[in-house]
Amino acid sequence: MSEPVQNSPVHEFTAEPLQWVPYLTPVRLEEATPEQLDAMKVTPSNKKVSDYVLTLAHDPESLAVRSPLFNAIMYGRDGLSRAERELGAVGASIVNHCVYCASVHAAQFNRLTERTDVIERIFADGAAAELEEHQQVIFDFAVKLSETPPAVTHEDAAVLRDCGLSALEIADLVLSAAIFGWANRLMHTLGEPRRPPAKPAA
Amino acid sequence: MQTDIIERIAGIAAGSPLAEALKARAEIMKLSDASHDAVLRPKAPGGLSHAVRAALAARMAVWLGDDALAGHYRTLLVEAGRAGSDLAATVATPEAAPRDRRLAAIVRHADLLTREPRAATRDDIQALRAAGVEESDIVRLSELTAFVNYQARVIAGFRSLQGVL
Repeated sequence: MSEPVQNSPVHEFTAEPLQWVPYLTPVRLEEATPEQLDAMKVTPSNKKVSDYVLTLAHDPESLAVRSPLFNAIMYGRDGLSRAERELGAVGASIVNHCVYCASVHAAQFNRLTERTDVIERIFADGAAAELEEHQQVIFDFAVKLSETPPAVTHEDAAVLRDCGLSALEIADLVLSAAIFGWANRLMHTLGEPRRPPAKPAA
Repeated sequence: MQTDIIERIAGIAAGSPLAEALKARAEIMKLSDASHDAVLRPKAPGGLSHAVRAALAARMAVWLGDDALAGHYRTLLVEAGRAGSDLAATVATPEAAPRDRRLAAIVRHADLLTREPRAATRDDIQALRAAGVEESDIVRLSELTAFVNYQARVIAGFRSLQGVL
């Protein structure tokens, strides 16, 4: 099988689907150890594994716990809505300039909210984007939490409370922005996003 | 396994509104502690010893402005014994720089990913390779650094809620 021709890296934010290409050599599935296969959740009925997961399989102990942690934070029941967790993820990804994470989670936000203007404004103006109040306070908190050192204060938390967010919703926002402090530091630093190769004309 | 590290360091009081809310997120807190052990004290540490990991985490916690978290990692470093005492001087504080070329490259990368991950490029991975860091250790280092950055933000976010809810 010949390698498809790679497009050049993408540095601007987009909600279009991108491909992630690692800087490192991913683990070869046929050479993976039982522990690596287990961490990648490879089963006889599920042998599709992304290059991202194959790259992280170099450290199966952390991959095995991070995947369920990520899913619990982003898809857990009750608390902050799915779309607002995605907005927290986008806020972190803007600060850390993780174009790949931003594209995936911006697309999720657009799909869940059935609108594109919020993400368009964020991609145009970055951390300074002006949004409707409820989205603004969520986005701003995620941005401040993503700085080094994290810049959130009691006043920032009070703004969320005064906007009507419950304790569980605010905890979910903290978690969804923080887990992208983790994900961005892998995806943006271990590889780069590219436009997928054009499909051959039918 | 160490448990409730985040709750302890964030100082979440039992019975507080946040503590009550987090009962619905017990699985997340448990997986966060399991992640801590997976990156600080893995069964297969590769080319990053437990002592080096604790020293790097202590250094990151200082960059992240979290004295209590830095104290937690300095305790892990002390528990690592004699290997830890050298690293306490050369790695665990941001003013320090190790002489060893490989370790210096590792420290530089941990600093970059903590302080300005957006500036990281392919060249930074190449610099690690050139200093003799194996590819699998580059992934281990990245996971360790990314985890401490996650943990420090959960703690900072939870602290910001104290007395507010």
